[in-house]
Amino acid sequence: MSDADYVVEMERITKAFPGVQALSNVHFSLRRGEIHAIVGENGAGKSTLVKILTGVEKQDAGTIRLDGKVVMVRSPLHAQELGISTVYQEINLCPNLSVAENIMIGREPKRLGGIHWKAMNAHAREFLLQRLSIDIDVTQKLATYPVAIQQMVAIARALEISSARILILDEPTSSLDVNETAQLFQVMRKLKGEGVAIIFITHFLDQVYEISDRITVLRNGTLVGTFEASDISRLELIAKMIGRSLTELDEMSGIKLESRKHIKDTALVQAEDLGLTGVMEPFDLELHAGEVLGIAGLLGSGRTEIAHLLFGIEKPDSGTLKMAGAVVEHFSPLASIGRGVALCPEDRKEAGIIDDLTVRENIILALQANRGWFRYLSTQQQYELADRYIKLLNIATPSADQSVKNLSGGNQQKVILARWLATNPQVLILDEPTRGIDVGAKAEIQKLVLSLAEEGKSCVFISSELDEVLRTSHRIMVLRDRAKVTEFSGEVDQQRIMQAMAGSEV
Amino acid sequence: MSKSKFSFNFRKITESRLFFPLVALGLILLFDLIAVPGFFRISTREGNLYGNLIDIARNASTVSLLAIGMTLVIATGGVDLSVGAIMAISASVAAILMNPYVLATELPPHIMKFMSDPNFTYQPLWIVILATLIVATICGLWNGLLVAYGKIQCMVATLILMIAGRGIAQLITNGVRIQIFYEPYAFIGQGWIIILPFSLYLVAIVFVLAWLLTRRTAIGMFIESVGTNARSSFFSGIDEKRVKLLAYTFCGFCAGIAGLVASSNIKTSDAFNLGVAKELDAILAVVIGGTMMSGGRFSLLASIVGAWVIQAITTSMYAVGVPAFALQAIKAVVVILVVLLYSEQVRNFVQKISARKEA
Repeated sequence: MSDADYVVEMERITKAFPGVQALSNVHFSLRRGEIHAIVGENGAGKSTLVKILTGVEKQDAGTIRLDGKVVMVRSPLHAQELGISTVYQEINLCPNLSVAENIMIGREPKRLGGIHWKAMNAHAREFLLQRLSIDIDVTQKLATYPVAIQQMVAIARALEISSARILILDEPTSSLDVNETAQLFQVMRKLKGEGVAIIFITHFLDQVYEISDRITVLRNGTLVGTFEASDISRLELIAKMIGRSLTELDEMSGIKLESRKHIKDTALVQAEDLGLTGVMEPFDLELHAGEVLGIAGLLGSGRTEIAHLLFGIEKPDSGTLKMAGAVVEHFSPLASIGRGVALCPEDRKEAGIIDDLTVRENIILALQANRGWFRYLSTQQQYELADRYIKLLNIATPSADQSVKNLSGGNQQKVILARWLATNPQVLILDEPTRGIDVGAKAEIQKLVLSLAEEGKSCVFISSELDEVLRTSHRIMVLRDRAKVTEFSGEVDQQRIMQAMAGSEV
Repeated sequence: MSKSKFSFNFRKITESRLFFPLVALGLILLFDLIAVPGFFRISTREGNLYGNLIDIARNASTVSLLAIGMTLVIATGGVDLSVGAIMAISASVAAILMNPYVLATELPPHIMKFMSDPNFTYQPLWIVILATLIVATICGLWNGLLVAYGKIQCMVATLILMIAGRGIAQLITNGVRIQIFYEPYAFIGQGWIIILPFSLYLVAIVFVLAWLLTRRTAIGMFIESVGTNARSSFFSGIDEKRVKLLAYTFCGFCAGIAGLVASSNIKTSDAFNLGVAKELDAILAVVIGGTMMSGGRFSLLASIVGAWVIQAITTSMYAVGVPAFALQAIKAVVVILVVLLYSEQVRNFVQKISARKEA
């Protein structure tokens, strides 16, 4: 079955992390001399797939074939020996060393027991010129060059190390401007012409279409499909990424229609021209009591940034924010909690759970932070709260005293949700509340959101799954490229939402 | 079946923070039981208890006091290298308040006769103690401001006072090594109340104070929360800066008390030698007590047991006749053993081996 054209064939790759099925049964193949984009939302499994190919992680099941031969990639070093090189998102070079040193470090030409500087510099310069067609002074410090050049140097280093046949670029363009990106693409095309196979990971769909031959779409750790870039429209691609088939009709649930009646005229949150330079373009937002506002947008469109601005993680530098009619002056999470705002953050591990603390402590944390140091909840109150939410949200834990790190991802997510419900918020911002949790729990959370709305609370619901946003929200705000594009209310046509997200007519 | 039940219980016991430090202490005392006849003998003199065990606890009191404050700092993910220097500053402040005349070049004879009078003090003892503790607390506050609000790395921030502190201590006494004659002051480190040394009561009081402060309020949980995951804590509305400021300030306060005890022990304020390298002993005590250097969960009691472990090693080595100059090397070996014991890699390795044996 193995075609001579394929340099890499990964078959039935499965990988589980504690609490998360990162990849299940994923196939991926890479042709000689092609540029192959891997796309998908956060948590889709892009980076896990790459990590398995580069030996950072080991697959639980599945085989990897290089040139038709089954291999076990033992380590990143081994991957390099096999001709697989990676350039990561953050450039990991040494800015205070010269360009030549960065490219040649660890493999410097030697003479008389020391480094043969002249030969090294000549080689580095020659290499950059030959392979990447860039001509720069390689004896200068790396830091003196713009990010784009640094990126090239990183690629040159990756190529030099192993005379790589397979090059993996993980979000290489995220810190480049348009011209620099064009320059990078030139290099990529040149390498492609030389027969190097390139895996290109990005969340900029424009770039995917500009440069790639084929596109692999992952969603929630499963393979949606691999497509020829010329065969799939942008809209179809987005539909595949966010899990919505175009023909499928939207079924508005009965609860939602019912809960629409409860929306009141009083605006709980009003943002006018709220924005932060370089983070989020100024936007207007209004949220009424009893309303669920959905935010739709692709990864990097600004959906998390809006949540951070509303909750005071970051201070806006333009516009005003009013909460229950009063202008907000202090932007901090603590001040927000005091105003009755809660944020269930997107990144559970980094910004959500506190590993070493127990389920009980994790649940009471935000409430206690609001009460301050000295009005400590009694042990009895703590257990009552913890037990109530363990029951309400069906948190699977042997006891309230279990360390939260021993819980599965879905249950950790529920613990964080419990932490915020315990503060009895008026405005609940949920950023990807259902990521990495099973279908049953997803439905529970969606139902919970609607029942909170019925109680007169408002909710901002952010999700990369359009399905979910449609099912739970009364109104939907669409973001693209860190700016608000439009808003939909009433009967929403998902086709139009996706068009707005994609930013082009199809 | 019965075996798995046993291992389950065993696991529960080993998970307790006190387990490892107590095992370490037990091993050292077991060594003494075998190697040193009469090590555990305790005698009474004038109604007070004397013996090696009492000595261990008494000599460990300085490090115990430091370890209590250090535990909170380390639990936030930091470290305080300046506690030894703060001890020296405290000793200087106390000494100069009791006898400021040492700074004068020439003294009239009616004052000269007070100089070595065991009943003479310039300021009353309570003012001496209060002022000393205030100065030490300000030192801790300074560290806390640098770390929490100045965002300086804790190592660097506290290194400043570690180095400058001894200079400050000398400035206070004008470079003079002051002998302390005032008898009531000596009671702090050398007195006895109801069969036990007074310094043990001090440790107990500070321990209870710290315990109430951290476990009867939300502060302990916030410290552990910030030390485990500062970003998540920030998202939950916890003010990381204030938590850190409190930890360093309290650590300074503890170092102040330790400074009083240490200077009262040797009846001298010695800016050069008082509390030298004590910060390392304090850190070691906390580490033996099972608090991770990266921050997170902490146990005050385990840190005090850690201080006893260190002192027990010293006392035991002297008891079997190890010369003083070899002591550091032996201590180092013990430190390596302890650190290995706590290392996750080593634990995983041991688990792997035992799993292989079972299979």
